[in-house]
Amino acid sequence: MEVPILKQGSYLIGSVQSALTDADLLQLRDSLVQKVGQYRSLGVIVDVTALDVMDSFASRTLSDISHMIRLRGAEMVIVGIQPEVAFTMVQLGLTLEGVATALDLEEGLSLLDLTTKKRGRDGGALQR
Amino acid sequence: MQKMQDESGILLTTTETTAGLLRELVAHLRQNRTQLREEWARRITEARLLTAMSKDEVFAEATSVYDNYVEALETGTFEALQAYSRNLSERIIPRGVQTDEVVGIVLLLRDVLARSLFARYHADFQKLNRILDAYEPAANRIAITVAVGFVQERERTIREQQEAIRELSTPVLQVRERLLILPIIGVIDPQRARQLTEQLLRGIRTNRARVVVIDITGVAAMDSNVANHLVLTVEASRLLGATVIVTGLSPEIAQTLVNIGVDLTKMNTVGDLQGGIEEAERLLGYKVLPVEKAEKVE
Repeated sequence: MEVPILKQGSYLIGSVQSALTDADLLQLRDSLVQKVGQYRSLGVIVDVTALDVMDSFASRTLSDISHMIRLRGAEMVIVGIQPEVAFTMVQLGLTLEGVATALDLEEGLSLLDLTTKKRGRDGGALQR
Repeated sequence: MQKMQDESGILLTTTETTAGLLRELVAHLRQNRTQLREEWARRITEARLLTAMSKDEVFAEATSVYDNYVEALETGTFEALQAYSRNLSERIIPRGVQTDEVVGIVLLLRDVLARSLFARYHADFQKLNRILDAYEPAANRIAITVAVGFVQERERTIREQQEAIRELSTPVLQVRERLLILPIIGVIDPQRARQLTEQLLRGIRTNRARVVVIDITGVAAMDSNVANHLVLTVEASRLLGATVIVTGLSPEIAQTLVNIGVDLTKMNTVGDLQGGIEEAERLLGYKVLPVEKAEKVE
Protein backbone atom coordinates (compact mmCIF):
# COMPACT_ATOMS: atom_id res chain seq x y z
CA MET A 1 0.00 0.00 0.00
CA GLU A 2 1.27 3.42 -0.89
CA VAL A 3 2.27 5.57 2.06
CA PRO A 4 0.25 8.78 2.28
CA ILE A 5 2.35 11.90 2.66
CA LEU A 6 0.73 14.76 4.51
CA LYS A 7 1.87 18.34 4.50
CA GLN A 8 1.74 19.93 7.93
CA GLY A 9 3.04 23.50 7.94
CA SER A 10 6.67 23.40 6.97
CA TYR A 11 6.91 19.68 7.61
CA LEU A 12 5.99 16.59 5.65
CA ILE A 13 4.60 13.54 7.43
CA GLY A 14 4.82 10.11 5.87
CA SER A 15 2.39 7.99 7.81
CA VAL A 16 2.94 4.27 7.29
CA GLN A 17 -0.39 2.47 7.57
CA SER A 18 0.45 -1.17 6.98
CA ALA A 19 3.31 -3.54 6.28
CA LEU A 20 5.47 -2.23 3.46
CA THR A 21 6.79 -4.08 0.44
CA ASP A 22 10.17 -3.15 -0.97
CA ALA A 23 8.43 -1.37 -3.83
CA ASP A 24 6.34 0.69 -1.38
CA LEU A 25 9.51 1.75 0.39
CA LEU A 26 11.19 2.87 -2.81
CA GLN A 27 8.05 4.71 -3.77
CA LEU A 28 8.02 6.43 -0.37
CA ARG A 29 11.66 7.39 -0.87
CA ASP A 30 11.07 8.88 -4.31
CA SER A 31 8.02 10.89 -3.36
CA LEU A 32 9.53 12.24 -0.11
CA VAL A 33 12.73 13.34 -1.80
CA GLN A 34 10.70 14.98 -4.54
CA LYS A 35 8.09 16.65 -2.32
CA VAL A 36 10.55 18.05 0.18
CA GLY A 37 11.76 20.32 -2.61
CA GLN A 38 8.35 20.92 -4.06
CA TYR A 39 6.90 22.21 -0.79
CA ARG A 40 10.18 23.71 0.44
CA SER A 41 9.74 21.70 3.63
CA LEU A 42 12.12 22.08 6.55
CA GLY A 43 11.51 18.70 8.08
CA VAL A 44 10.17 15.26 7.34
CA ILE A 45 8.65 12.76 9.75
CA VAL A 46 8.17 9.11 8.91
CA ASP A 47 5.79 7.46 11.33
CA VAL A 48 6.29 3.68 11.56
CA THR A 49 3.98 3.00 14.52
CA ALA A 50 2.02 0.51 12.43
CA LEU A 51 5.05 -1.62 11.58
CA ASP A 52 5.51 -4.89 13.48
CA VAL A 53 8.73 -5.76 11.70
CA MET A 54 11.55 -3.77 10.26
CA ASP A 55 13.88 -5.76 8.04
CA SER A 56 17.30 -4.77 6.81
CA PHE A 57 15.99 -3.40 3.53
CA ALA A 58 13.43 -1.22 5.28
CA SER A 59 15.91 0.17 7.77
CA ARG A 60 18.53 0.76 5.11
CA THR A 61 16.01 2.53 2.91
CA LEU A 62 14.83 4.71 5.80
CA SER A 63 18.42 5.53 6.62
CA ASP A 64 19.03 6.38 2.93
CA ILE A 65 15.95 8.58 2.83
CA SER A 66 17.17 10.42 5.91
CA HIS A 67 20.52 11.18 4.31
CA MET A 68 18.89 12.21 1.02
CA ILE A 69 16.52 14.54 2.86
CA ARG A 70 19.47 16.13 4.60
CA LEU A 71 21.15 16.69 1.25
CA ARG A 72 17.94 18.35 0.10
CA GLY A 73 18.32 20.78 2.98
CA ALA A 74 15.79 19.40 5.48
CA GLU A 75 15.82 17.21 8.59
CA MET A 76 14.18 13.86 8.99
CA VAL A 77 12.95 12.04 12.09
CA ILE A 78 11.68 8.48 12.30
CA VAL A 79 9.00 8.11 14.95
CA GLY A 80 6.93 5.36 16.53
CA ILE A 81 9.31 2.40 16.44
CA GLN A 82 7.77 -0.21 18.74
CA PRO A 83 9.86 -1.44 21.70
CA GLU A 84 9.97 -5.02 20.40
CA VAL A 85 10.85 -3.86 16.92
CA ALA A 86 13.59 -1.62 18.30
CA PHE A 87 15.24 -4.43 20.19
CA THR A 88 15.04 -6.85 17.28
CA MET A 89 16.57 -4.21 15.04
CA VAL A 90 19.58 -3.57 17.25
CA GLN A 91 20.07 -7.31 17.66
CA LEU A 92 20.30 -7.55 13.90
CA GLY A 93 22.70 -4.62 13.88
CA LEU A 94 20.21 -2.25 12.27
CA THR A 95 20.86 0.75 14.48
CA LEU A 96 19.87 3.52 12.04
CA GLU A 97 23.19 5.24 12.57
CA GLY A 98 23.00 9.00 12.18
CA VAL A 99 19.23 9.03 11.86
CA ALA A 100 17.12 11.02 14.30
CA THR A 101 14.43 9.04 16.08
CA ALA A 102 11.62 10.00 18.44
CA LEU A 103 8.95 8.26 20.44
CA ASP A 104 5.89 9.39 18.53
CA LEU A 105 4.58 12.04 16.17
CA GLU A 106 4.32 14.68 18.87
CA GLU A 107 7.88 14.14 20.04
CA GLY A 108 9.07 14.09 16.45
CA LEU A 109 7.45 17.45 15.75
CA SER A 110 9.02 19.06 18.82
CA LEU A 111 12.39 17.58 17.89
CA LEU A 112 12.08 19.04 14.40
CA ASP A 113 11.12 22.39 15.89
CA LEU A 114 14.34 22.29 17.90
CA THR A 115 16.67 21.19 15.12
CA THR A 116 15.29 23.44 12.43
CA LYS A 117 15.35 26.43 14.74
CA LYS A 118 18.96 25.70 15.54
CA ARG A 119 19.77 25.94 11.89
CA GLY A 120 18.04 29.31 11.76
CA ARG A 121 15.61 28.13 9.16
CA ASP A 122 12.26 28.71 10.77
CA GLY A 123 11.90 31.71 8.48
CA GLY A 124 10.84 33.95 11.37
CA ALA A 125 12.84 36.91 10.10
CA LEU A 126 11.05 36.94 6.78
CA GLN A 127 7.54 36.61 8.13
CA ARG A 128 5.40 39.65 8.03
CA MET B 1 11.87 -57.56 59.06
CA GLN B 2 14.12 -60.60 58.85
CA LYS B 3 11.44 -62.81 60.28
CA MET B 4 8.81 -61.74 57.83
CA GLN B 5 11.00 -62.65 54.91
CA ASP B 6 11.66 -66.04 56.47
CA GLU B 7 7.96 -66.73 56.54
CA SER B 8 7.33 -65.71 52.97
CA GLY B 9 6.60 -69.30 52.06
CA ILE B 10 3.56 -69.27 54.27
CA LEU B 11 2.40 -65.98 52.83
CA LEU B 12 2.09 -67.41 49.37
CA THR B 13 -0.31 -70.07 50.54
CA THR B 14 -2.63 -67.64 52.22
CA THR B 15 -6.17 -67.46 50.93
CA GLU B 16 -6.93 -64.06 52.35
CA THR B 17 -6.65 -61.32 49.77
CA THR B 18 -4.74 -58.12 50.39
CA ALA B 19 -7.97 -56.19 49.93
CA GLY B 20 -9.65 -58.24 52.63
CA LEU B 21 -6.76 -57.67 54.99
CA LEU B 22 -6.77 -53.97 54.30
CA ARG B 23 -10.48 -53.89 55.09
CA GLU B 24 -9.82 -55.54 58.38
CA LEU B 25 -6.98 -53.16 59.03
CA VAL B 26 -9.11 -50.11 58.26
CA ALA B 27 -11.85 -51.37 60.56
CA HIS B 28 -9.27 -51.72 63.31
CA LEU B 29 -7.93 -48.23 62.73
CA ARG B 30 -11.44 -46.74 62.71
CA GLN B 31 -12.28 -48.49 65.96
CA ASN B 32 -9.22 -47.17 67.75
CA ARG B 33 -9.29 -43.77 66.10
CA THR B 34 -9.47 -41.69 69.28
CA GLN B 35 -6.83 -43.54 71.13
CA LEU B 36 -4.40 -43.86 68.21
CA ARG B 37 -4.46 -40.26 67.12
CA GLU B 38 -4.01 -39.14 70.72
CA GLU B 39 -1.02 -41.42 70.96
CA TRP B 40 0.28 -39.99 67.70
CA ALA B 41 -0.20 -36.37 68.78
CA ARG B 42 1.54 -37.18 72.04
CA ARG B 43 4.52 -38.63 70.23
CA ILE B 44 4.71 -35.66 67.89
CA THR B 45 4.99 -33.39 70.92
CA GLU B 46 7.49 -35.71 72.53
CA ALA B 47 9.69 -35.72 69.49
CA ARG B 48 9.49 -31.90 69.43
CA LEU B 49 8.14 -31.83 65.92
CA LEU B 50 5.87 -29.08 64.62
CA THR B 51 7.01 -26.75 67.39
CA ALA B 52 5.74 -23.82 65.32
CA MET B 53 2.16 -24.97 65.99
CA SER B 54 0.15 -25.00 69.19
CA LYS B 55 -0.90 -28.27 70.82
CA ASP B 56 -4.51 -27.88 69.73
CA GLU B 57 -3.47 -27.16 66.17
CA VAL B 58 -1.26 -30.21 66.11
CA PHE B 59 -4.13 -32.32 67.38
CA ALA B 60 -6.56 -30.89 64.83
CA GLU B 61 -4.14 -31.49 61.98
CA ALA B 62 -3.33 -34.93 63.37
CA THR B 63 -7.02 -35.81 63.30
CA SER B 64 -7.50 -34.83 59.69
CA VAL B 65 -4.23 -36.44 58.60
CA TYR B 66 -5.30 -39.59 60.40
CA ASP B 67 -8.68 -39.67 58.68
CA ASN B 68 -7.14 -39.00 55.30
CA TYR B 69 -4.57 -41.65 55.99
CA VAL B 70 -7.16 -44.28 56.83
CA GLU B 71 -9.21 -43.28 53.84
CA ALA B 72 -6.22 -43.63 51.54
CA LEU B 73 -5.58 -47.09 53.01
CA GLU B 74 -9.21 -48.04 52.47
CA THR B 75 -9.73 -46.77 48.95
CA GLY B 76 -6.18 -47.30 47.70
CA THR B 77 -6.43 -43.94 45.91
CA PHE B 78 -4.17 -41.12 46.86
CA GLU B 79 -5.72 -38.12 45.10
CA ALA B 80 -7.61 -36.91 48.16
CA LEU B 81 -4.54 -37.35 50.32
CA GLN B 82 -2.41 -35.58 47.74
CA ALA B 83 -4.79 -32.63 47.66
CA TYR B 84 -4.92 -32.58 51.42
CA SER B 85 -1.15 -32.66 51.82
CA ARG B 86 -0.78 -29.83 49.31
CA ASN B 87 -3.35 -27.84 51.20
CA LEU B 88 -1.70 -28.64 54.53
CA SER B 89 1.73 -27.67 53.17
CA GLU B 90 0.33 -24.40 51.91
CA ARG B 91 -0.84 -23.60 55.42
CA ILE B 92 2.23 -24.73 57.35
CA ILE B 93 5.06 -23.66 55.05
CA PRO B 94 4.65 -19.96 55.85
CA ARG B 95 4.93 -20.89 59.54
CA GLY B 96 8.38 -22.30 59.02
CA VAL B 97 7.64 -26.02 59.21
CA GLN B 98 10.56 -27.96 57.80
CA THR B 99 10.66 -30.95 55.48
CA ASP B 100 12.16 -33.21 58.15
CA GLU B 101 9.27 -32.41 60.48
CA VAL B 102 6.66 -33.37 57.93
CA VAL B 103 8.46 -36.58 57.02
CA GLY B 104 8.97 -37.17 60.73
CA ILE B 105 5.31 -36.96 61.68
CA VAL B 106 4.18 -39.18 58.84
CA LEU B 107 6.75 -41.81 59.82
CA LEU B 108 5.61 -41.48 63.45
CA LEU B 109 2.05 -42.18 62.42
CA ARG B 110 3.24 -45.17 60.48
CA ASP B 111 5.06 -46.45 63.58
CA VAL B 112 2.14 -45.78 65.91
CA LEU B 113 -0.21 -47.71 63.67
CA ALA B 114 2.25 -50.55 63.21
CA ARG B 115 2.63 -50.80 66.98
CA SER B 116 -1.11 -51.03 67.44
CA LEU B 117 -1.15 -53.81 64.87
CA PHE B 118 1.57 -55.64 66.78
CA ALA B 119 -0.43 -55.26 69.96
CA ARG B 120 -3.59 -56.54 68.38
CA TYR B 121 -2.22 -59.53 66.46
CA HIS B 122 0.74 -60.54 68.62
CA ALA B 123 -1.00 -63.81 69.44
CA ASP B 124 -1.30 -64.81 65.79
CA PHE B 125 2.10 -64.23 64.28
CA GLN B 126 1.22 -65.36 60.75
CA LYS B 127 -1.79 -63.14 60.61
CA LEU B 128 0.33 -60.24 61.83
CA ASN B 129 2.75 -60.85 59.00
CA ARG B 130 0.00 -60.87 56.42
CA ILE B 131 -1.54 -57.72 57.81
CA LEU B 132 1.83 -56.00 57.77
CA ASP B 133 2.35 -57.16 54.21
CA ALA B 134 -0.81 -55.38 53.23
CA TYR B 135 -0.15 -52.40 55.44
CA GLU B 136 3.50 -51.59 54.75
CA PRO B 137 3.41 -50.88 51.00
CA ALA B 138 0.30 -48.75 51.40
CA ALA B 139 1.75 -46.92 54.39
CA ASN B 140 5.04 -46.26 52.62
CA ARG B 141 3.22 -44.98 49.63
CA ILE B 142 1.22 -42.64 51.83
CA ALA B 143 4.39 -41.37 53.50
CA ILE B 144 5.93 -40.72 50.10
CA THR B 145 2.79 -38.97 48.85
CA VAL B 146 2.69 -36.60 51.80
CA ALA B 147 6.42 -35.87 51.74
CA VAL B 148 6.47 -35.30 47.99
CA GLY B 149 3.38 -33.11 48.26
CA PHE B 150 5.15 -31.00 50.85
CA VAL B 151 8.35 -30.69 48.87
CA GLN B 152 6.46 -29.85 45.68
CA GLU B 153 4.50 -27.19 47.46
CA ARG B 154 7.70 -25.76 48.80
CA GLU B 155 9.29 -25.72 45.40
CA ARG B 156 6.24 -23.99 44.03
CA THR B 157 6.52 -21.35 46.75
CA ILE B 158 10.20 -20.88 45.99
CA ARG B 159 9.50 -20.54 42.28
CA GLU B 160 6.82 -17.95 42.95
CA GLN B 161 9.15 -16.01 45.19
CA GLN B 162 11.92 -16.12 42.61
CA GLU B 163 9.47 -14.81 40.06
CA ALA B 164 8.48 -12.02 42.40
CA ILE B 165 12.08 -11.12 43.13
CA ARG B 166 12.82 -11.06 39.45
CA GLU B 167 9.87 -8.77 38.82
CA LEU B 168 10.90 -6.47 41.62
CA SER B 169 14.56 -6.55 40.72
CA THR B 170 14.26 -4.25 37.75
CA PRO B 171 12.15 -1.28 38.71
CA VAL B 172 11.79 1.44 36.11
CA LEU B 173 11.10 4.64 38.00
CA GLN B 174 10.12 8.06 36.82
CA VAL B 175 11.92 10.82 38.73
CA ARG B 176 10.81 13.75 36.60
CA GLU B 177 8.55 14.20 33.66
CA ARG B 178 10.28 12.46 30.76
CA LEU B 179 13.10 11.16 32.96
CA LEU B 180 13.34 7.52 34.03
CA ILE B 181 15.88 5.83 36.22
CA LEU B 182 16.67 2.15 36.17
CA PRO B 183 18.78 1.15 39.16
CA ILE B 184 20.31 -2.28 38.67
CA ILE B 185 21.45 -4.20 41.71
CA GLY B 186 23.01 -7.63 41.86
CA VAL B 187 24.08 -10.10 39.27
CA ILE B 188 22.86 -9.67 35.71
CA ASP B 189 22.34 -13.00 33.98
CA PRO B 190 21.16 -13.23 30.38
CA GLN B 191 17.56 -13.79 31.40
CA ARG B 192 17.55 -10.82 33.70
CA ALA B 193 19.27 -8.70 31.09
CA ARG B 194 16.55 -9.53 28.60
CA GLN B 195 13.81 -8.77 31.08
CA LEU B 196 15.52 -5.53 32.00
CA THR B 197 15.60 -4.39 28.40
CA GLU B 198 11.99 -5.33 27.88
CA GLN B 199 10.82 -3.42 30.94
CA LEU B 200 12.93 -0.41 30.09
CA LEU B 201 11.67 -0.15 26.51
CA ARG B 202 8.11 -0.58 27.66
CA GLY B 203 8.69 2.00 30.40
CA ILE B 204 10.07 4.48 27.88
CA ARG B 205 6.93 4.18 25.87
CA THR B 206 4.39 4.31 28.67
CA ASN B 207 6.11 7.20 30.45
CA ARG B 208 7.05 8.95 27.22
CA ALA B 209 10.58 9.24 28.50
CA ARG B 210 13.19 11.26 26.69
CA VAL B 211 16.13 10.49 28.95
CA VAL B 212 16.90 7.31 30.89
CA VAL B 213 19.55 6.95 33.56
CA ILE B 214 20.73 3.37 34.06
CA ASP B 215 22.57 3.12 37.33
CA ILE B 216 24.82 0.10 37.72
CA THR B 217 26.49 1.04 41.00
CA GLY B 218 25.08 -2.15 42.50
CA VAL B 219 26.46 -4.42 39.82
CA ALA B 220 29.64 -6.13 40.96
CA ALA B 221 30.78 -7.70 37.72
CA MET B 222 29.89 -7.72 34.09
CA ASP B 223 30.91 -10.05 31.29
CA SER B 224 31.06 -9.31 27.60
CA ASN B 225 27.60 -10.75 26.93
CA VAL B 226 25.96 -8.50 29.44
CA ALA B 227 28.02 -5.50 28.32
CA ASN B 228 26.97 -6.07 24.72
CA HIS B 229 23.40 -6.44 25.85
CA LEU B 230 23.68 -3.10 27.60
CA VAL B 231 24.93 -1.53 24.38
CA LEU B 232 21.97 -3.04 22.51
CA THR B 233 19.61 -1.64 25.12
CA VAL B 234 21.13 1.81 24.72
CA GLU B 235 20.71 1.65 20.95
CA ALA B 236 17.17 0.29 21.12
CA SER B 237 16.27 3.12 23.49
CA ARG B 238 17.66 5.60 21.01
CA LEU B 239 15.39 4.15 18.34
CA LEU B 240 12.50 4.98 20.65
CA GLY B 241 13.81 8.50 20.88
CA ALA B 242 15.30 8.28 24.36
CA THR B 243 18.84 9.12 25.37
CA VAL B 244 20.47 6.72 27.80
CA ILE B 245 22.99 7.76 30.41
CA VAL B 246 24.84 4.98 32.21
CA THR B 247 26.12 5.82 35.67
CA GLY B 248 28.08 4.19 38.45
CA LEU B 249 30.50 2.02 36.53
CA SER B 250 32.84 0.63 39.15
CA PRO B 251 36.61 0.70 38.52
CA GLU B 252 36.53 -3.08 38.07
CA ILE B 253 33.77 -2.96 35.49
CA ALA B 254 35.46 -0.10 33.65
CA GLN B 255 38.64 -2.14 33.43
CA THR B 256 36.85 -5.29 32.33
CA LEU B 257 34.90 -3.47 29.65
CA VAL B 258 38.01 -1.88 28.20
CA ASN B 259 39.98 -5.12 28.43
CA ILE B 260 37.35 -7.20 26.64
CA GLY B 261 37.05 -4.48 24.05
CA VAL B 262 33.33 -3.69 24.16
CA ASP B 263 32.56 -0.75 21.92
CA LEU B 264 31.33 1.85 24.36
CA THR B 265 31.63 4.90 22.14
CA LYS B 266 27.87 5.11 21.86
CA MET B 267 27.37 4.98 25.59
CA ASN B 268 26.95 8.17 27.50
CA THR B 269 28.53 7.55 30.90
CA VAL B 270 28.58 9.71 34.01
CA GLY B 271 30.35 8.95 37.28
CA ASP B 272 27.50 8.57 39.74
CA LEU B 273 23.72 8.61 39.86
CA GLN B 274 23.60 12.22 41.01
CA GLY B 275 25.76 13.31 38.10
CA GLY B 276 23.62 11.24 35.76
CA ILE B 277 20.41 12.84 36.93
CA GLU B 278 21.96 16.30 36.66
CA GLU B 279 23.10 15.56 33.14
CA ALA B 280 19.65 14.24 32.29
CA GLU B 281 18.03 17.39 33.69
CA ARG B 282 20.35 19.46 31.57
CA LEU B 283 19.33 17.51 28.48
CA LEU B 284 15.67 18.00 29.36
CA GLY B 285 16.17 21.70 30.04
CA TYR B 286 15.62 21.58 33.78
CA LYS B 287 17.70 23.50 36.20
CA VAL B 288 17.53 22.86 39.92
CA LEU B 289 18.03 25.98 42.02
CA PRO B 290 17.85 26.67 45.75
CA VAL B 291 14.52 28.35 46.57
CA GLU B 292 16.07 31.74 47.32
CA LYS B 293 17.93 31.93 44.05
CA ALA B 294 14.94 30.67 42.14
CA GLU B 295 12.79 33.42 43.63
CA LYS B 296 15.34 35.99 42.55
CA VAL B 297 15.28 34.62 39.02
CA GLU B 298 11.53 34.90 38.92
